[in-house]
Amino acid sequence: MKDLIRKLVEAYGPPGQEDEVRALVRAEIESLADRLEVSPLGGLHAVINAGGGTKVMLAAHLDEIGVIVSHIDERGFARFQGLGGLNVRTLVGHRVRFPGGAVGIIGIEEDPDRSRLRLNRLYLDFGVSSAADCPVRVGESGAFDRPFTQLGHRLVAKSMDDRIGVAVLIETMRQLKKTPHEVQFAFTVQEEVGLRGAATSAYGLDPDVGIAVDVTRAGDTPHALKLAVDLGKGPAIKVRDARMISDPRIVDLMVRRAEEAKIPYQLEVLEGGTTDAAAIQLTRAGVPAGCLSIPCRYIHTPSEMVDLRDVEQAVKLLRRILERPIVL
Amino acid sequence: MAEARLPTARVRAAHLERLRSLTEAQGVSGDEGAVRKLVQAAIEGQADTVRTDSMGNLLVTRKGAGRARLRVLCAAHMDEVGLMVTAIDNEGYLRVEAVGGLDVDTLPGKLIWVGADRVAGVIGAKPVHLTKDDEDRRTISIDSIRIDIGAGSKDAAQSRVRVGDRATFATHFERLGRTIRAKALDDRLGVATLIELVLNPPAGIELLAAFTVQEEVGLRGARVAAYSLDPDLALALDCTPARDLPSWDGSENTSYNARLNAGPALYVSDGSTLSDPRLVRHFEETADEHRIRYQIRQPGGGGTDAGAIHLTREGIPSLSISVPARYLHSPASIASLADWRATVRLVYAGLSRLPGRWKRSR
Amino acid sequence: MTDDLKSALQSLLKAPGLSGFEAPVRSWLEDRWGPLADEIEVSRLGSLHARKRGAGEEPRPTVLLAAHMDTIGLMVSDVLDGWLRVTEVGGVDLRVLPGLRVIVHGREDRPGLVVQPPTDLRPPAGSNRTVPLPHLLVDLGLPAREVARLVRPGDPVSFGQEPVSLSDDLLAAPYLDNRASVAALTLCFEELQRRKHPWDVIFAATTQEEETFAGARTSAFQIQPSLAVAVDVTFGASPGSPDHKTFALGKGLTNVMGPNLHPAVFAALRDAASRVEVPLVTEVTPRHSGTDAYALQTAREGIPTGLISIPLRYMHTPVELVSLGDIRRAGRLLAEFAAGLAPDFLTRITWD
Repeated sequence: MKDLIRKLVEAYGPPGQEDEVRALVRAEIESLADRLEVSPLGGLHAVINAGGGTKVMLAAHLDEIGVIVSHIDERGFARFQGLGGLNVRTLVGHRVRFPGGAVGIIGIEEDPDRSRLRLNRLYLDFGVSSAADCPVRVGESGAFDRPFTQLGHRLVAKSMDDRIGVAVLIETMRQLKKTPHEVQFAFTVQEEVGLRGAATSAYGLDPDVGIAVDVTRAGDTPHALKLAVDLGKGPAIKVRDARMISDPRIVDLMVRRAEEAKIPYQLEVLEGGTTDAAAIQLTRAGVPAGCLSIPCRYIHTPSEMVDLRDVEQAVKLLRRILERPIVL
Repeated sequence: MAEARLPTARVRAAHLERLRSLTEAQGVSGDEGAVRKLVQAAIEGQADTVRTDSMGNLLVTRKGAGRARLRVLCAAHMDEVGLMVTAIDNEGYLRVEAVGGLDVDTLPGKLIWVGADRVAGVIGAKPVHLTKDDEDRRTISIDSIRIDIGAGSKDAAQSRVRVGDRATFATHFERLGRTIRAKALDDRLGVATLIELVLNPPAGIELLAAFTVQEEVGLRGARVAAYSLDPDLALALDCTPARDLPSWDGSENTSYNARLNAGPALYVSDGSTLSDPRLVRHFEETADEHRIRYQIRQPGGGGTDAGAIHLTREGIPSLSISVPARYLHSPASIASLADWRATVRLVYAGLSRLPGRWKRSR
Repeated sequence: MTDDLKSALQSLLKAPGLSGFEAPVRSWLEDRWGPLADEIEVSRLGSLHARKRGAGEEPRPTVLLAAHMDTIGLMVSDVLDGWLRVTEVGGVDLRVLPGLRVIVHGREDRPGLVVQPPTDLRPPAGSNRTVPLPHLLVDLGLPAREVARLVRPGDPVSFGQEPVSLSDDLLAAPYLDNRASVAALTLCFEELQRRKHPWDVIFAATTQEEETFAGARTSAFQIQPSLAVAVDVTFGASPGSPDHKTFALGKGLTNVMGPNLHPAVFAALRDAASRVEVPLVTEVTPRHSGTDAYALQTAREGIPTGLISIPLRYMHTPVELVSLGDIRRAGRLLAEFAAGLAPDFLTRITWD
């Protein structure tokens, strides 16, 4: 699974530019799906056992946070906006890669007042001295450039959010032996800018149950956010986040399946952030929805860290859920 | 041939007259009836179907010449930002709240039209002689704003206006050489563009024209319009701020959003939508082919009806094209007539060469 | 319910129903509404839909009367050494929490107390500042091991203050937002048993209004009504609140006007109120009405929507206060409105 993860996290895919990641995923799963389709906004849907009992949509998003160029000044420095929630404190000095191959370094204007740290004080330096030589143009998007690293059980990369979810879906699809359900693996787009692809994918797939697989924050670092989720203690079953209250029946189902199979799990009550599940829940006449989260440190920085054991347990738990009846 | 019917770049008297009537009409979000009537009159007898939906969107369809297979939604919003009367006090002054992102700092000292009958009113301020401390240097909050219609009493006021009436700046349309000055250019310029499309539909497509309501309070009308019309792809025709003013310290203005006289602004990314990259490319190529000057609107916040439209049903590939205008959401905005005509031409030309080039799947 | 509104309402208030966890209150309502309805169903997100068929010819238009049954509250986010840390569900007023009795809905329902740690045990803040929620604790008065057995993160916590009757007409309790409106819907339902109405009437008790309007949004999609009226509470006049944004208790209801609402539904509600002599005040909302009406209006191709509100003092505190007379008036108005919808009403609500 590690090789798969490495391939996925090193691919380029800011919101709206998911083509490279989609092609990668398609190559991995083409032979496994009964039906494969691309949605009008670019989401990839792979359906197995179509017509089976319960229609279960599993969603993981292809996109990662990125930047988009908003202005190029006379000396060739580029200003930019975020695509998704950038953490301004962590940006300076990082490298941004553009599809044409250009790489820019993020710099910051000198200002003694640190409280005024804002995105509009940052710029991209492409090593050129004039606007004419700047290798990118206004409206082009880029993504962070950082290789995959392993530290013991922990995996570190720029886009664990949510390529780790994508990897979990692919691995679940591979390992799934038999299921009574129609399982809809949805690789969604534009999650980081507002769960946009999940809303439209869910409308198209019209599932009975929706489960997102995404990362969540961890509360186990020095002076961390108050959150009862640690790395390495198993995947987190989401009870709520800022924009969704999980369907209690889905939470109970996940807990029951985890306990039956002695799969370690944690319960997640998150105040900030949300996932594709929030959009799925509101689709059409409503979809009972939940989320299986992979605990992750340093979300939305170029060094997002997860624990491989949590990832493997998540696959196990999803398989168990999909192989057994789903009665709400 | 489509080519021969490319709309003119010249500004005709009839264009100006239409812009005058559209911009002087009052259409604060939720109360777009006056604008809707003007649109209905302008397109009368020209469309295949016309209906007003439950929210007040005016939905118009018209097939262009030839076999029209591609169903293209073009949306322009009829509503404008403004005020709503929330209470009338005992002395007959009107309390108001802002509807949409009105620039509240521009209210004091202005002339106002209240309600469908355009009752004249003014927003005054305490004489600067009577202010205390630094009061004259602080802005006046909307809670302290009153409209004075000269009523003198609650009863007298109630005979002329009602709670719930909308109010706007009383701004008359004016041509200033190659630019125009008016209120509500956001988005009556888009409405004017869309009217021209209905009157002269591009060949090979079925035009689904949505004159939408409540864009300024959350893209509300476009959402249901897109659901009803269920198009293959969509364009939002809007108006975007040109903030191309000098910066206070002489430094380069890096956040101009769009520039006046630089042509139609194509969106790549705003707060509500990532435009479909294929549509952006298509309209850029169209502009190059027809030598129409255009600009990329700076990626950033804000949103247009495309934000609601592209998320409808299974998703609808969408693009916003805006006419730039300065000082939006204030008593008067300024737009360039050349930018507007170039927008009309680009939209028409781009739609005309879509059939045959647009494939639904990726 | 008509006979003894107060005790019925008190019983309704006892059924918990935090946003996302509405099962107890839904089951209370199923018992009440079931015998009154021709069809009853639970939506996929837990809203209750009860249809009363009309007398008109098929296909009959449908009016949806919707009130949310969910409430604000708290949720356990962590269990530590016998205390609970909590987060909010819906918009909770931090000022009312210290010292409040709550019910923790864990393995069993248990009473608890929200406590504010002494100043030196919480982060420094300016004087007169409320203590942020992550630094308040809930104490169950039980040994740590017992707490760990009973409670897990994600368990809902509701306000546990008892209802108090301040007069024959005035009741104070947590969660009258929006149980007052649910009671009004029930009164309307009862009254329609005795009346002929051409339209189908669907009563909906919606879920998750306090969080995302999820229930109203999805129920409207499913039901596809021809018209909808949301019923909710509005700000009652009280000391310190601005006059022009609040409404006196016991003096009638508000009929809401603004971009979220259809002028023809507004007018029909006004006409119905005058027929049954229910005083109705116009309330204007220039933007988001903050109610289910917001979600109902834009479902599918759009639904002409109205909004009736019952004045309520001290919203989102555990001592919300309403007039029972207003609830009765709301029930009467809704019944008159629903029964008064002529078979061809829809053709008469064009815009221009």
